[in-house]
Amino acid sequence: MSYPIVEKKELAPNTVMMQIHAPLLTKKIRPGQFIIVRVTPNGERIPLSISGWDGDKGTVRIIVQAVGRTSTELVRLNRGDSIEDVVGPLGQPSHTGQYGTCVLIGGGYGTGAIIPIAGDLKALGNKVIAIIGARTKELVLMEDELRAVCHRVEVSTNDGSAGVKGLVTDVLAEILKQEPVHMVTAIGPVPMMKAVSEMTRPLQIRTYVSLNAIMVDGTGMCGSCRVGVGGTTKFACIDGPDFDGHQVNFDELVYRQKMYIPYEKKAMELCACK
Amino acid sequence: MSGATSNKDRMQIPLQGMPEQEPDARVNNFSEVPLGYLEAAAWTEARRCLDGCKAPCIKGCPVGIDIPAFIKKIEERDFIGAARSLKKYNLLPAICGRVCPQQEQCELVCVIGKKGPAVGIGRLERFAADYERMSGLIEVPEVAPPTGKRIAVVGSGPAGLTGASELARCGYKVTIFEALHRPGGVLVYGIPRFRLPIDVIDNEIEILKKMGVEIICNAVIGKTLTIDDLFAEGFDAVLIGTGAGLPYFMNIPGENLCGIYSANEFLTRVNLMRADLFPESLTPVFLGKKVAVIGAGDTAMDASRTSARLHPEKVTVYYRRSREEAPCLPREREHAEQEGVEFKFLTNPVRFIGDDNYFVKAMECVKMELGEPDASGRRSPRPIPGSNFIEEVDTVIMALGFGVNPIIKETTPGLETNKKGVIIADPATGRTSREGVYAAGDIITGGATVIKAMGQAKIAARAIHEYLLSKASTVTA
Ligand SMILES: Cc1cc2nc3c(=O)[nH]c(=O)nc-3n(C[C@H](O)[C@H](O)[C@H](O)COP(=O)(O)OP(=O)(O)OC[C@H]3O[C@@H](n4cnc5c(N)ncnc54)[C@H](O)[C@@H]3O)c2cc1C
Ligand SMILES: Cc1cc2nc3c(=O)[nH]c(=O)nc-3n(C[C@H](O)[C@H](O)[C@H](O)COP(=O)(O)OP(=O)(O)OC[C@H]3O[C@@H](n4cnc5c(N)ncnc54)[C@H](O)[C@@H]3O)c2cc1C
Ligand code: SF4
Ligand code: SF4
Ligand code: FES
Repeated sequence: MSYPIVEKKELAPNTVMMQIHAPLLTKKIRPGQFIIVRVTPNGERIPLSISGWDGDKGTVRIIVQAVGRTSTELVRLNRGDSIEDVVGPLGQPSHTGQYGTCVLIGGGYGTGAIIPIAGDLKALGNKVIAIIGARTKELVLMEDELRAVCHRVEVSTNDGSAGVKGLVTDVLAEILKQEPVHMVTAIGPVPMMKAVSEMTRPLQIRTYVSLNAIMVDGTGMCGSCRVGVGGTTKFACIDGPDFDGHQVNFDELVYRQKMYIPYEKKAMELCACK
Repeated sequence: MSGATSNKDRMQIPLQGMPEQEPDARVNNFSEVPLGYLEAAAWTEARRCLDGCKAPCIKGCPVGIDIPAFIKKIEERDFIGAARSLKKYNLLPAICGRVCPQQEQCELVCVIGKKGPAVGIGRLERFAADYERMSGLIEVPEVAPPTGKRIAVVGSGPAGLTGASELARCGYKVTIFEALHRPGGVLVYGIPRFRLPIDVIDNEIEILKKMGVEIICNAVIGKTLTIDDLFAEGFDAVLIGTGAGLPYFMNIPGENLCGIYSANEFLTRVNLMRADLFPESLTPVFLGKKVAVIGAGDTAMDASRTSARLHPEKVTVYYRRSREEAPCLPREREHAEQEGVEFKFLTNPVRFIGDDNYFVKAMECVKMELGEPDASGRRSPRPIPGSNFIEEVDTVIMALGFGVNPIIKETTPGLETNKKGVIIADPATGRTSREGVYAAGDIITGGATVIKAMGQAKIAARAIHEYLLSKASTVTA
């Protein structure tokens, strides 16, 4: 099997959007699910969120940030190239329902992941506010598309080059002062998801986070992705990836994500893709 | 020299040993350990099977192979004939000859085995199948004219492969859906290459393809498509063979520390993803200096022997009962011991202790003693109070058995399962509570064996055939 890339766009340095032709996969996708890809025949299996799909064209859209060997090999591919394996949609869909006011927070590739969720929540009659955070203006992703599916979009940058100067949590704090919020979903780097959860905990606002644990099969067969939630062990790939942010052991997740760092460095050093 | 051997002479022939790679050499590679019989040894071993024997061994084989018949062909030096005779009963003799627990099945009841070592049935089976494969004379089974009906097989382990083959032979258009990127199930992701070389499996899969079976990888049924979608897409029946792939953990403190794996993850990283070749292969596996494997089944033996090939200082198997209760095959334990694996019996971990970077650095164990026999007839182990002690370990592999993956159950309304999630199927037909849906293999039994999964798949395939025939006749009537 091979899965051709039918569209590629550079969104920011080292960050691309790709449409992959994988028609069998597009039939049952729900917002919040992910795929696992293997870029080359000797490649690693890595999980990527689905940021959109087109059932008629048979395409899935991903936003990929090059952080190590596999993601770098992937972003170096071009339109017309093929990916060795693509499997999905995996994981439980995000929680969507009628909440009232929802705040969706995306950091990095998480901005892509919240688009389908925002679309669903808006269609269900919720008020949808999105906050997207980046280090600097040129790293702000997908803002226009997000505006089309949200009632309101706020941007924060660390250097103030776009939107509010500061972190997504600074913006969230403002919004929480302005109006009642009934649900928060955060997808992105772990420190961001943790900070968001800490902020909403005292207010008892229902908060979901999408856990990016290291995965192998993505079907519940290996246990690589196990995460501590509410004192019990869950498998992020089949029980999640979304979990109650107030119950998640984020520190454990961070440690587990670092488990292979020496190997990752070695793989990167030997990469022709640098 | 043929024909005239009396049974008395036959009983004098010693068991023909199987040449093996020496332990010192084999811990440096992933090549097969037992090297297989040469023709002369196979012929001599075949002569140990008694003439006119009532062949109780046949009942010991879950698929009822006519064992004396195929062994006789080897004695007649008709090795290809032997392979074809095997294949009437067993689609995958090269695999079963290697991985069957023969000592608990066919060889257990061999009459010769009452007085000395049983006939090496598995070794002869492997010999005949390898001879056929290596000679390039493999026959693609004949396929009946197309019935026009389509069958979906879910999972490509031994159950799925066998079911697909049987149904293709009956003239059905069969499509296998497999969740992983490579077909074979436990045969490719679980059982190590030094017990079952990958080309043996790939060869079987090629034959299936030549029979017209389509294999679609990267398709997780229940996620990519549901069972109901398969019917909506025009499949007339579904055979579920998704195995028992959910790893158990112990639920004790510290279990999520880095360096603690399920046997499934560890073996998948090495067997399927080839972490042994890292960095040419991009999936790493972490292996420290002191490896602890928890459990003493076949999976634990595979995990410990695989670890030994990645050169830690020490590999130790910890088991809460005694040596006698260890569920692994004695031959696998011996192989492990030869490869330097140590065993600590009557010892159970109670918690894991991490370092500053959240990597496991030690495990607290408790000594066990055996009490009264439990429901399974085995004496149940109980901890000896105050016997706790600390073992230094930096890698732990949990090999505690398997549960059933919930994906199919959660997404298939009306499919009955027991409280463990095992699909309820009639043992005589493989029929489930959903019309047109059949199941076979570990998904209906919990973890079992390759040959049992294949036997059930044959039964289910026959039942599907009968179901579709009867449906066709009621439609025309
Ligand atoms: C459910 C889920 C959805 C994700 N969605 C996206 C997405 O839409 N876009 C995107 O760019 N990234 C996404 N990720 C993260 C992405 O999988 C990792 O960036 C990728 O695996 C890194 O692989 P690498 O070889 O390039 O880097 P490596 O050199 O292997 O690792 C760099 C760092 O990435 C993390 N990482 C490594 N392997 C994995 C793995 N198998 N799973 C998760 N994290 C890992 C570790 O923290 C590691 O230190 C997602 C992860 C999960 C679990
Ligand atoms: C490490 C290990 C060693 C073993 N050693 C031996 C041995 O020496 N001898 C022996 O006889 N037995 C052995 N066994 C047991 C034996 O492997 C199993 O009994 C046998 O493989 C069961 O076959 P199966 O076809 O039912 O399932 P499996 O072999 O488990 O195959 C199931 C397949 O279905 C796929 N699948 C699962 N869910 C889905 C889904 N939703 N959609 C699509 N595909 C799906 C899986 O990816 C897998 O490929 C061993 C098992 C293990 C784990
Ligand atoms: S398939 Fe297994 S049990 Fe049957 S004869 Fe062969 S080795 Fe023995
Ligand atoms: S029981 Fe032993 S001796 Fe008798 S037919 Fe079977 S293999 Fe031969
Ligand atoms: S990735 Fe293997 S169980 Fe979740």
